[in-house]
Amino acid sequence: MLAYTLKRLLAGVVTVWFIATATFIAMHSVPGDPLMNDKAVTAEIRANLEKKYGLDKSGPEQYLIFMSNMLRGDFGISFTQQNRKVNDIIRDHFPVSATLGLLAVFFAAIGGIVWGALTAIYRNRLPDIIIMFLVILGISVPSFVFAALGQLSLVKINQLLGSSVIPVAGWGTFGHMLVPSLVLGLGTMALLTRLMRSSMLEVVNEDYIKTAKAKGLSPIRIFFKHQLRNAILPVLTVLGPQIAAITTGGFVVELVFAIPGLGRYFVQAVQQLDYTVIMGTTVFYGAFLVFMVILVDIIYGFVDPRVRLQ
Amino acid sequence: MRRLFFPFLTVLCLIAPVSGGFAQISASSADFDTQTITLALTQEPPQLNSMKATDQVSALILGHVMEGLLSYDRRGKIIPGVAEKWEINSTGATFWLRKDARWSDGKPVTADDFLFAWQTALKPETASEYSFILYSIENAEDINKGKKPTDSLAVTVVDDHTLTVKFETPIGYFDKLVAFTTFFPARRDFFEARGDSYGADAKDLLFNGPFRMTDWVHSASLKMVKNEHYWDRDNIHLNAINADYITEDSRARLNLYIDGKIVHTRLDGETYKDALTQRQRIRSFTTGSVFYLEYNFRKGRVTTNRNLRKAIQHVFDPEEFVNKVLATPGNLPGRSLFPVWLGGVEDKFRSEYKAAEPKIDLALARDYLEKAKVELGVEKIPPLVLLVGNSPTSAKQAEYLQGVFKEKLDIDVKIDIQTFKQRLAKMTSGDFDMVAAGWGPDFDDIMTFGDLFASWNLNNRGRYNNPDYDRLVRIGMTSADPKTRMDAMGELQRILTEDAVIIPQYEQGVIYLMHPKVKGVVRRVVGADPDFRRARIVK
Repeated sequence: MLAYTLKRLLAGVVTVWFIATATFIAMHSVPGDPLMNDKAVTAEIRANLEKKYGLDKSGPEQYLIFMSNMLRGDFGISFTQQNRKVNDIIRDHFPVSATLGLLAVFFAAIGGIVWGALTAIYRNRLPDIIIMFLVILGISVPSFVFAALGQLSLVKINQLLGSSVIPVAGWGTFGHMLVPSLVLGLGTMALLTRLMRSSMLEVVNEDYIKTAKAKGLSPIRIFFKHQLRNAILPVLTVLGPQIAAITTGGFVVELVFAIPGLGRYFVQAVQQLDYTVIMGTTVFYGAFLVFMVILVDIIYGFVDPRVRLQ
Repeated sequence: MRRLFFPFLTVLCLIAPVSGGFAQISASSADFDTQTITLALTQEPPQLNSMKATDQVSALILGHVMEGLLSYDRRGKIIPGVAEKWEINSTGATFWLRKDARWSDGKPVTADDFLFAWQTALKPETASEYSFILYSIENAEDINKGKKPTDSLAVTVVDDHTLTVKFETPIGYFDKLVAFTTFFPARRDFFEARGDSYGADAKDLLFNGPFRMTDWVHSASLKMVKNEHYWDRDNIHLNAINADYITEDSRARLNLYIDGKIVHTRLDGETYKDALTQRQRIRSFTTGSVFYLEYNFRKGRVTTNRNLRKAIQHVFDPEEFVNKVLATPGNLPGRSLFPVWLGGVEDKFRSEYKAAEPKIDLALARDYLEKAKVELGVEKIPPLVLLVGNSPTSAKQAEYLQGVFKEKLDIDVKIDIQTFKQRLAKMTSGDFDMVAAGWGPDFDDIMTFGDLFASWNLNNRGRYNNPDYDRLVRIGMTSADPKTRMDAMGELQRILTEDAVIIPQYEQGVIYLMHPKVKGVVRRVVGADPDFRRARIVK
């Protein structure tokens, strides 16, 4: 178990190193650079800027400097927000994205498991057809549409009630988090519902369910203890990466609901070619994703007694 | 299931308090009793160190919390700021600072605060992108290039309240320059105590303007309250300006406006229609920026051919462009590099020096085109590369141009859509035939536009090079006589049309919503816009 974990962690470190290197090369191959702005600057000012940011050095040199700083956990200063350290940006804004993301996954997981189980129970009957129709919608409609619709509905509700009961945008209270996290979780909820449904249908024909029935266990006990617990495994597998994906992919929702999350920095840094923020956020998110995948693998061993890690 | 969700709840409970530090949102966007307004910013201000700021959001905030030697009134005329009196002649300037100007910690604003800020902006290590704007001061350019020490800057602190400046060359608009952000003061002891973090947070700044910033949660909110030490505090009516939302999304801002959460939002082509159906009162304003097509004059480019450029000039109709393509109120058809608001000798420049309006004349255009083909020695003009930005409107504009060129002149246009930085990179390296470009003014003088196509100007990315143009720019920059300067610019305007250096497309207008109870908001072409400094809320 320990050896397995260590092996996975080591592979994870290599993956993160690879992500960092690939991003570094890709980023520097894009035409333009972070110092380029609307108004052109003289060669002297340009040289001053390059010196300040270490861009006067050669590519390999910059790479080595970046790597050694990264190992010490320092991603440098942002180019667009010249007074802020990338570490501070991550520290200030990741908790926001994480809160939003976890709440979204929470909604998605509950929704996905409940709807999935329901569709399996009512297979090919009306509830199944309705839910599966909604699932297709949830998977195919992009989140910015849901975000815009969600916000518009809030405006309409507030207009009807004559006062703003639920905040339309912003961040701070649970009221602010509710709609954005629901919107953010919809896609995942749809995905999990479908997964749960097929998984439940697979399990229902297994021998151990028949045995349980033959033993005369109550249907409720069979459902929770044998069917659900076994069916939930594949859901658990995708949940780890989904947490990472949702936490990192909230850009649109963060924009529409004016939420100060890290997703905005992640996307805007690319548009601005803000080298240090691109590297910082990519490496951070990459490491986060890798960590979640490893974590799920390890948790798997606890949930499923058949899996004994070697 | 219990096992599965328990960790989620635990983590949620752990994270919630961490992110719970975000400020509470006020109840109404314009509160009469407390004289408080709430706004949404389009982005987080990237740089609140006035010596280094370059963008509009930072300028908006800095314009409310800082004040330069001079300032602009509601009509855009220069008025006293920290300086109550000033004298400018061809060799230099003297400013007499008011004795009651104070920093937000109560200490007086002195002449040294300006000297210090200007020296710091010029230091090579500061790497300020706007340092060039100080170059009219003697030795400034050499200091910025590291050739002279910072204390050689020809600015003298005569006493705490008198400052003299010596010019490198005569300059006809120094009063307009000192109202600009880069010329704002900074206090030596405070700046040095903060070091690299100067401007990073509300506590890392000192203010001398009508407001002071009390709270800044990055990417979330920014609060400003009336500065009780401001010398003209009795004429400041608002007690607080709360920027409680930061989002680029114009639809989100419209929703916030409709929900009564913010007092102002700018509209775009899409949200304009929604605002109309919501029966909102839509206002418009010309931003002072001019948009045009710039040609590539580098060797080997077909666009160096004047007849080809003239042909294009006679088929492009700015009127149609504004009405059919932009199709939102407020934009003016482009006729000149110089927008209508610029001042001339007595009146507006454009009413004193009319811009020629090239006729839309297909026969004439084809005539020019034939001449161009002969000169270039081609049967058909090769496809022209049109470089544009990646906003939805840029694509629409480019497609319109593509249609016009094909239909009227049988010239194929290849549209090259690029993101912000890539477009700049291609502009700088000269990888285009035509580029959709624009220019916004830095200060309220004709030279903020006039020197754009001077051969030495780095923003002249098409490398237009005309000694006559350069000569006129020098007159405009160094002459102290308004008539001589404006005559030179009038001639320059004629050259721009005659030589078809650019194709002016439009003068940008914005449409916006403003809370009807908020009065006295000033829209500006230069400086903080919108300017809420003298605003008040009526019942």
